This record gives sequence, C-alpha cells and structure tokens, in this order.
Amino acid sequence: MSGLKVWVQGVGLLGPGLASWANSLDVLRGVQPLVASPTVLPAPLRLPPAERRRAGASVKLALAVADEAVAQAQIDPTTLATVFTSSSGEGANCHALCETLATPAPMVSPTRFTNSVHNAAAGCWHIAVGSRASSTSLCAFDGSFGAGLIEATTSVALGGAPMLLVASESPYPEPLGRTRPLPDHFGLALVLTSTETTQSIAALSIELVGADQAASTCDDATLEALRRAVPSAAALPLLVALARGGAPGAVVLDYLDTTRLRIGLR
Amino acid sequence: MKRLAITSATLTTALGGGNAPTLAALQAERTGLAAVRFMDFPLPTFTGEVDGVDAVQIPSHVSEFDCRNNRLAWLGLQHDGFIQAAAAARTRWGARRVGVFLGTSTSGLLHTELAYRHRDADGALPAGFQYGPTQNTFSVADFVARALQLDGPAWVVSTACSSSAKVFGNAARLIEAGLIDAAVVGGVDSMCLTTLYGFNSLELLSSEICRPWDALRNGLSIGEAAAFALLEREPSTPPQGWLLGVGESNDGYHMSTPHPEGLGAIAAMRAALADAGLEPGDIDYINLHGTATPSNDAAEDAAVGSVFCAATPCSSTKGATGHTLGAAGGVEAAIALLAMRHGLMPAGLNVSARDPALRMHYLLENRLAPVRRVLSNSFGFGGSNASLVLGAAE
Repeated sequence: MSGLKVWVQGVGLLGPGLASWANSLDVLRGVQPLVASPTVLPAPLRLPPAERRRAGASVKLALAVADEAVAQAQIDPTTLATVFTSSSGEGANCHALCETLATPAPMVSPTRFTNSVHNAAAGCWHIAVGSRASSTSLCAFDGSFGAGLIEATTSVALGGAPMLLVASESPYPEPLGRTRPLPDHFGLALVLTSTETTQSIAALSIELVGADQAASTCDDATLEALRRAVPSAAALPLLVALARGGAPGAVVLDYLDTTRLRIGLR
Repeated sequence: MKRLAITSATLTTALGGGNAPTLAALQAERTGLAAVRFMDFPLPTFTGEVDGVDAVQIPSHVSEFDCRNNRLAWLGLQHDGFIQAAAAARTRWGARRVGVFLGTSTSGLLHTELAYRHRDADGALPAGFQYGPTQNTFSVADFVARALQLDGPAWVVSTACSSSAKVFGNAARLIEAGLIDAAVVGGVDSMCLTTLYGFNSLELLSSEICRPWDALRNGLSIGEAAAFALLEREPSTPPQGWLLGVGESNDGYHMSTPHPEGLGAIAAMRAALADAGLEPGDIDYINLHGTATPSNDAAEDAAVGSVFCAATPCSSTKGATGHTLGAAGGVEAAIALLAMRHGLMPAGLNVSARDPALRMHYLLENRLAPVRRVLSNSFGFGGSNASLVLGAAE
C-alpha cells in the first residue's frame, strides 16, 4: 500500500439510530437495517460542573464520541493530541448571538460568546481531560471529515504520537437550518497511532485521488441517506469497512469537489 | 522540521494595504487604530478598520462568496504581487499540488448578523441568503482556492486567535509528508458585531486605544486584516524568509482565560524552538501575542520569561493593527518578515507607563538592528496556543 499509513486503535460513533460504535456494529456489517431514531446526546460527565451546565449539543456530541474512542483504545487522554473537525461548529450559539444582535440594544451573554468559537468542543475536551497536547479545529464545509483525516494522519505519520480525530455536526436552529439542512446530530471519533498495538483494529493507507474515482456508498439505504446528508457521515464507508474487519480492501471518501480520499485497509 | 521557503507574503491591515505602507507605518511608530466607526456600535472603543473593504468587487466567477470577509480577502490578495506568485506556484507545481490553509475566527458572520436584522414575518432570512459561501467557517479558504485556481487540499483552521499561526503547521506537515509542494497560508478576519459586543460582554474591550504592556492596560482594540504567505518546498528565487519551526499546544485550563503561569504557552514556544532546532538565545526578537488585557499580558510575560532571557527584545504590534483575531498569526508572521528584511524591531505603541510587574524587555521605541530570527506568539480562546519561528532570507 502506498500513502500515509496509520493504525486505528479506537472508534466512537453517535447518530440517529447509532447509539455508539459498539451498538452499531450489526448495522454497519449489514446484519441489521438501520432504524432511524433521534440521536440521544449523553451528559458530558467528564466536564467540571460549570462547563457541564454550559455545554451545548455540539460539545456533548463531540465529547461523547471522543470518550468512546479513547475508552476503546485504552489510551491516556491527558497526553493525546487532537484534531476536531466540523462543518457546523457552534451553529446554535451563533444563531442565539445573531438573534440578540438583531435587537435594538443587544445584551450579549459572555458565556454564549466564549462558547461560540469553532474550537469550543476542543477547548472543553482539553479542559475535561487536562491535556496540554496540541489541538486544532478545522472546517471544510462538506469536506470537513476529509480535512480532519488528512491533518490527523499526516501528524501521526510524521510525528509518531497518537492522535484523537473527532468529526461531528449538529443541526442549526431555524432560520439558519433551512439554509443548511442537517437531519440530526452525527459524530464519530478515531484514535490513530503510527504503529500497531495490541488494541489495533486495522491499518489505513490514505492518499489523495481525483474526483474521477467514485466515492464508496453504503448498501443500507438509510445509512446512505445519512452519508449524503451530513458532512461527517462521509466517513461511513470507512466505518463499515472497519466494522467488517477491514473488508473491503479500499474505500473512497468524498472530500472536495476535485479531490477524494482513497483509503486502503488491512 | 526542514526549513520551508516563504516565497511571497503580504498583509492588509488598518496600517494600509501591502508591505510598503505597513513598513512605513511601523517605521513611523504610527497606529492604525481610531475611534470606532463600524456600523451602529454605540460604545466607546478603538478599532483597526481597513479602508475600502465595502467597495471591493468579488470576481464574478465566484460571486456567491460575496461578503465583507471575502471582500477583505480579495483586497488583501491584490498587493505585493501575491496573485502572480500564487499563479507561478500553480504553474511550477501543478494546481493539485498547492494547498490552501487559512485561519479565521468569525468568517462571514457579519453577513448573517445583517440577515437576522431583515427576517420576514415568518422569521425566515432574506431570499438569496447563502450560508455556505459566506458564513460557513470554510468560506474564505474555499473562496481563495477558487479565486487563485488552486486544487490542492484546503481547509480553514478556526481556533480563535491562534488560527492563522497554526496554518503554517498544516502546510509544513503536508509538504513534508509529500502530499503537496506548496501552500497558500494566512488568515482573514473582518469586523462584525459578535466580536465587538462579545469582547465587551467579557469586559475585555478597552474604551481607549489598546495599550499592551502598560500598567493601566484595560483591554483590547479589535482590528481586521487579511494576511497571506506562500510556502514552497524549494524557492526558485530568493525567498522573503524561512519558516523554521512551529509549536502548538493547548492550555486545558479555561475557555477564555489563559493559564496564569502560561504553561500551555511555554509548551508552544519550547515546541517551536525544538522544531527549529534552536535555543532560546538564537531568537533576536519576539513578536508577542500582547492583546493588552490585564491577564493575557501578565500570563504571556511569565511564560516568555520562563523560556527566554528577560533581555530578549520583544513587543506587541497590536497597538498598531489592533487585535485582528483569527488573522493575527498571519499578520504578525508578515510583520516578522518585514522586521528581518529591514532590520527593524517595531516598538510597542500606546504605552504611557510600562507595567513594572512585567519583566520582559518590552521595546518602547523602534530598534534598528539586524534581525535574523523571530518568534511570534498567537494564543486564543479554548486555550489554543501556537508559536512560529521565522528566519531571515540571508
């Protein structure tokens, strides 16, 4: 295999009808159909009480999938570098700020403003686990998962240290929601390492390819609809392959108009 | 890291459009800050607004990206032959081998703020409002990539005020990994109501002109800016300077207050020096984050002082440009290149009485001396820290 090589050591998943990575394996393997039901966001118990009260849906979502991936990987989060990627970021906070700013004498909430930054989820995670390792927060609209995967795998392949990649989107409140429809909360997380460990699930080899290579699709119609509707769900063909123990041997994921990612698995 | 050539760089701030007006203002110790004029903001403060942004015409083939932030980006690209340099890189390496990594904190948020003031009776946004090309955080990188016809990997880093320092790291890693050969990096952030009211709500917005390192400093002045740099695997002509090292860390402490001892900042500076293979004594000048909030300057002084000798000359240029938020890292990298090319360590402006509690050697007037290596700090909400080490062209 050519391309950037990394190992997957842990996976987290949360979405409509997908309660966790562990609970979604039968769906991803095609043993059961995906039965859509609204995403249930767990309370972010890792956060100190003050931050827990302030945490919006996007933070709860990101922390939930990060927690599952780290637990499965049996890796110490206090030294773990992170890449967070999201198309929607803090859409609910931005909506609330825009509503306030449209009033005659706006009174902006300092907490709302602080938590409106695109890296709010990353900041909360690093506070929650007490990590001073490097962290970045990316956005590439519909290609946000691809951006995060390139950044994370490049860092792991060059630097050698493991990395937590978190990709997630939450729907916007109206009226923004109509201009950027997202069906429900959806997120996933991967713990990536540079070498094989006893927890390793699969080896990935990632390369940039042109848009002439077609993106892989999901056999399950509901999963496929999710893949097309949510930017982070562009990763679903990879998750399907991971759930099936590395088969098929390669998937192609959407990234930009002119670029896709080909991921070899073994 | 292996050093990386910076073959073109430009910045547009309240000091002017391009390198020459910026250098002239720095040489004259002139600030670009003025009493706020932006929209209907009612509170007293100073801002660093860029002249002429509203009159900019976005190229017609990317007209759906029209918003103040992308107008500022397009204005910023017009100077110092940057568009021509990017075109030359596209020809030299191929469009698919040139990446675009830009930082912004608020993207085209003003566009949405204004749309919310014009909702119809059902609460809907005005017809024609397009979220993706304007407010989405990716908008400015998507716009610049399309405007410059670059097809390499592209994304926006949005880690608040460290965003456009961190993009230098993205470019360096992707070039080292062999995915690309060159990248357009930088940052664009433009005035909007969210940041003015938001920093005011946190009592971090000064009612006066911002005064980094002053004993009576009481907050920041918001600026807007577009800054761009072209990084290439190998220069074909003598470069403007070199990217020598990038260091990144997180505080893991608080969303909006820096760690009081600057532990995250220390980690970022040490990582940048290690990445460059340099010792603290190799740095001639430090461009501080220096926002002029009481806690930020105190924490940064403690952090810088624990890594560097207290005699190392340093200053914040935010007294001249204002705090350009997600563009600050790119702006200050471009200023660092000017400092090295012209042997100018720029003074920190607006200081009436230097804070005696801060121990670093803060420059109160310009110093003319050879500058071979600069460390530039950028720290942001969410505890995000980035430090760059830049080297002179030789």
